[in-house]
Amino acid sequence: MLTPVVDDDGAPFWEYAAQGELRIQACADCGELRFPPRPCCPHCRSFATEWRRVAGRGRVWSYVLPHPPLLPDYAEQAPYNVVLVELTDAPRIRLVGNLVSEPGARLDSVPVERIRIGARVQVVFTATGLPQWVLERP
Amino acid sequence: MAVLKDATAIVGIGQTPFAKQLPEAERALACRAILAALDDAGIAPDEVDALASYTMEETDEVEVAKALGLGDLTFFSKVGYGGGGSCATVAHLAAAIATGQATVGVAWRSRKRGSGPRPWKNTTAQLPTPAQWTRPYGLLRPADEIAMLARRHMHEYGTTRDHLFNVALACRNRANQNPAAIMYDRPLTREMYMNSRWISEPLCLFDNCLETDGALACVLVSTERARDCRRPPVYVHSAAQGLPAQHHGMVNYWNDDPLTGPAWTAARHLWKHADLTPDDIDVAQIYDAFTALIPLSLEGYGFCGRGEGGAFTEGGALEIGGRLPLNTSGGGLSEAYVHGFNLITEGVRQLRGTSTAQVPGAATCLVTAGEGVPTSALLLRN
Repeated sequence: MLTPVVDDDGAPFWEYAAQGELRIQACADCGELRFPPRPCCPHCRSFATEWRRVAGRGRVWSYVLPHPPLLPDYAEQAPYNVVLVELTDAPRIRLVGNLVSEPGARLDSVPVERIRIGARVQVVFTATGLPQWVLERP
Repeated sequence: MAVLKDATAIVGIGQTPFAKQLPEAERALACRAILAALDDAGIAPDEVDALASYTMEETDEVEVAKALGLGDLTFFSKVGYGGGGSCATVAHLAAAIATGQATVGVAWRSRKRGSGPRPWKNTTAQLPTPAQWTRPYGLLRPADEIAMLARRHMHEYGTTRDHLFNVALACRNRANQNPAAIMYDRPLTREMYMNSRWISEPLCLFDNCLETDGALACVLVSTERARDCRRPPVYVHSAAQGLPAQHHGMVNYWNDDPLTGPAWTAARHLWKHADLTPDDIDVAQIYDAFTALIPLSLEGYGFCGRGEGGAFTEGGALEIGGRLPLNTSGGGLSEAYVHGFNLITEGVRQLRGTSTAQVPGAATCLVTAGEGVPTSALLLRN
């Protein structure tokens, strides 16, 4: 499986994720959240940054079901879902992820017919610290 | 102030054959396409003093100029973001010529995607850091990235697979009229479309462009110089690039409204500097790496309202004789996928009256580059 190639701006996201925390970069001056991480606030141009813990609840904004040909590790689990989750407590902050039956489960572990736009989801983390999502009402 | 409007004209176009696999290398294909375009214009290679292409183009200007015996170059430019750069190459040349930086410009694209490697097959070693937010989850290919927007468009606006089929069919019908098209002898039916394999649901095989080897080029000069050329000039009436605020290439998921992409930004500038409106456009060549880009682009360029792009395709609107004949050489879906450059050359043929699927009396044509990435567009007229 592909692992994130981390840059300086994104490193804190992955460090918190490895500890089981979903944190989003925020401006330490004006407080606006931003994603993906970057060095400067697009609202007030401040370089002061903090990482704000969020509840990790969201709704499925959209999803796709990739089919092969794919990279071998992914082809083996296809068709699987990739979801775009919009955070409940931070509209406009959206995270690409996978909807799974439990942390670390296969990418195809949730039946396709259970996936719909608007479904409420909750963040979980794999053993390696990759955020994933489970349905709030499985 | 120098004005771009109708100050320059495309006077030559050239291309190689299109195929899944061509024996020659990209550099040789580029040279052949450029020489064909110069011959079409009736301009000698040593008169060329400007070049423009894409950053993804592997044949650089030094090698091309050396191989073809071009003159001293005083302008050269490369535009980023893959298929978003097609129309911008012409726009850059037009600006250079209109402001006196050069006199004869050539834009080109040579690509062996049919027989070459797929970029999304790159391993982590080549993975760019923006991909950390998408690729680990299996959003690996451009089709996966655009399918996410397509699904949302379907959810919000009732866009259907039949709408996407209308796009694929219009392109295929035009390719069936074009002997140079890869899909010239391969008609498409609704049954074939609906029964085809999925690539990334909701996008199926026929929602995806072809993988093609081939090269194309066009020649640009001032309107004054164009009068002496071999072919009737096709004027660059308006040109624009577009990179919207808070855009993130391919995965435009993190701005306020992911369904309004770069097309909207380019369109505002394009129409602002034109004497034309969408109602005045006779034929359109709209970037079609995926069928789902067409509804988004139809909305972005103002042919219909937000959310109406799917419904716009109904009733044969995109066919010859319809409201907006689309991709009349077959486009990326059915002629060849060479990062959209074939859409430019087909726009020129329509305005010369020499298309294999000619729109009677076509006098204006919109050509667009890839929606979903920082993009560009041209309004051409004869």
